Amino acid sequence: MEISVTVNGANQSSEVEPRTLLVYYLRDELGLTGTNVGCDTSSCGACTVHVNGESVKSCTMLAVQADGQEVTTIEGLAPSADELHPMQQSFQDNHGLQCGYCTPGMVMAACSLLDENPSPSEAEVREGLEGNLCRCTGYHNIVKAVLACSGQDVS
Amino acid sequence: MIPAAFDYKKANSAEEAIALIAEHGDEAKLLAGGHSLIPMMKLRLAVPSVLVDIAGVDDLSYIDDRDDHIAIGALANHRSLETSDLLISECPVLAHVASKVGDPQVRHRGTLGGSLAHSDPASDLPAVVLALGGSLVAQGPNGEREIAVADFFTGYFESALSEDEMLTEVRIPKAPGSSWNYQKFNRRAQDWAIVGVAAVEVQGATQVSLVNMGSTPLRASGVEAALAGGASAAEAAEAAAEGTEPPTDLNASPEYRSHLARVLTRRALEAGGVS
Repeated sequence: MEISVTVNGANQSSEVEPRTLLVYYLRDELGLTGTNVGCDTSSCGACTVHVNGESVKSCTMLAVQADGQEVTTIEGLAPSADELHPMQQSFQDNHGLQCGYCTPGMVMAACSLLDENPSPSEAEVREGLEGNLCRCTGYHNIVKAVLACSGQDVS
Repeated sequence: MIPAAFDYKKANSAEEAIALIAEHGDEAKLLAGGHSLIPMMKLRLAVPSVLVDIAGVDDLSYIDDRDDHIAIGALANHRSLETSDLLISECPVLAHVASKVGDPQVRHRGTLGGSLAHSDPASDLPAVVLALGGSLVAQGPNGEREIAVADFFTGYFESALSEDEMLTEVRIPKAPGSSWNYQKFNRRAQDWAIVGVAAVEVQGATQVSLVNMGSTPLRASGVEAALAGGASAAEAAEAAAEGTEPPTDLNASPEYRSHLARVLTRRALEAGGVS
């Protein structure tokens, strides 16, 4: 089936099998391998991308469902090749990652969270990221990174 | 995990969706947010040969004030329920329970109609809708019919919807200012409830429903009768598991679920001040 999706601002027209999951379309068809596949069961959030500005798990959405929609992946966040998005910068500044596997999904989920709640409490950040698992047990600094990115003092 | 191959059809209206499912019969499945159906297709527990995508039926996402009730389009997603000012003021328990479904990513995609039509006894929203009462509207080739919530859940993942019908609207009685509480017990964030209990006051009576205590969401009729007879919350909660057949799985035995149902019912009644 022919689909037309705006991915990171650019229109992409592709022929896909209806059963193709959005994450495999992004990774295998478009080469956007920043989005990771973790659990493949809608639990871990490693595959989180934005569809029309909202976080979704791209392992639980078909590419055909994204037809006519706007998708943003981790590759589409930074304003330029030598400048990170403020959330990416905050993860770096606050050591919000260890192995880095969950990071693209964490950053995408965190951006969506701040869009909905620009100044969350620590508890709200923890609840807001409940769909993303970090197996390095790095949550403390991830939460700190999100709070710092929202302009709150985390010192 | 990749679903088995299927044909994909996009419906732009409820009528078009109904015509497509009529054409393809029980081989076809309606796809809304997909957050129940796609995981089952990936596990090959569901193998429809045709998917009819109704997400683009754009006039079914409303949450409307209709005097004595709130009408919710079947495609309203959990996030929109959670943040609806109308629900927060007129039926806060539904907004609250919607905020407890899955995680934010799931709530951006999952829909109320999808959750009810899927009829998973472990899901939060079917049970709270059952506690609230009200009705559901199904549209089929011969027009619309209204189904009382009490008659909707007929078996394990089965509802009163027939093969050629589509759930289009959920009608929830308003309950502004009434007491309510929802207890969801699970071990991991974002999981299904091992057991859940919804308690709501509807027109002066306390209505209690149970999540994951049988093959369908259940009303705790023993608890309701005890409360109506003047029992305290603690006394009434003792009847929570009466008549239930709770499932066994990795998380819990039937005995443990029965214990949880009693404890969570007491907590729901006491915390909500419902008794």
